Amino acid sequence: MHWSLIIYCGMITFLTRFSMIALLKRDTFNEKTKIVLTYVPSAIFPAIIFPLVFLDNNGFIELESNSRILAAIIAIIVGYFSKNIIATIFSGLISYWILIFLIAY
Amino acid sequence: MHIKLKIFGKGILDVSPLMIPVVPFGIIFGVIGMELGIGPYMTFGMSIIIFGGASQIVLLQLFSGGASSLVILSSVGAVNSRHLLYGAVLSENLSSLKLTWKIILSYVMVDQAFAVSNEYFKRNKKNKNKHYHLLAAGFTCWTIWQFSTFVGIALGSIIPDEFGLKFAIPITFLALLINDFKKIKNVIVMLASGLIATLGYNIIPFKAYIIVASLSALLIATFLTNMKLKNK
Repeated sequence: MHWSLIIYCGMITFLTRFSMIALLKRDTFNEKTKIVLTYVPSAIFPAIIFPLVFLDNNGFIELESNSRILAAIIAIIVGYFSKNIIATIFSGLISYWILIFLIAY
Repeated sequence: MHIKLKIFGKGILDVSPLMIPVVPFGIIFGVIGMELGIGPYMTFGMSIIIFGGASQIVLLQLFSGGASSLVILSSVGAVNSRHLLYGAVLSENLSSLKLTWKIILSYVMVDQAFAVSNEYFKRNKKNKNKHYHLLAAGFTCWTIWQFSTFVGIALGSIIPDEFGLKFAIPITFLALLINDFKKIKNVIVMLASGLIATLGYNIIPFKAYIIVASLSALLIATFLTNMKLKNK
């Protein structure tokens, strides 16, 4: 890791926040673009989540005895019903630890 | 001055409940930074310089997977592209401010600060000092984020590897999506993104799977939006 990479990432992040406030006039985006931008988290986060859950350390799909899949499903169920971020994180992590330490799944 | 202070206080008060989930998120970031061997200074430096939780974790994740700088930069940009929307929504309320103000407010305009200050701006359109609300909400987020990163760095050197804390990354991102689980169109976009990333992990070159999957999923989102508008 180089400091330069961190600084470039910081500059890009800043520009995504600054550009619209500073450079553009109001109503730059039409309604449709605004709706599509609300999908950004749904479009990006699963691309991070799925490989970490379904792939093993060598990048191969691991479906059998994969405790991450079960723990993620439990977290999804808890999140769906509770709508509570902290409950979701803890249910996922704790069920993962129970699976790998106690059940050795 | 008294009025400004009052608005500033209101900003802190409004954003405070949203700070509860930020604490574990920041701790997880600090712990993972240490576990991946980035070191305390750079881990903390990321929180100061980038100040964007999701993109910081993507940076760590891609760096540890050996991605190139270009892929890392574009992925960080993609993750943060949602801020374009925030800026566009708020610009109307901030357009009369001096450049220095715009720079400072841009640095602290994170998800939680945007959410509460946008509501406040809607209710106080004519208030000349309303930007103090965003300043307060943003700096509250900033302080909590730096503090929890620090705690994570401290814990990261204690927690043993066997706990597999890397799993905290997908779980944390999953938790950020819970409000969209009940929207069928969002779920379609999520599944598309996740499947393309997983199946393309070994095929898509340069570890660009996050970019390719999210852009494809955004295309699907555009398609779904078009359908929605036609239905009206």
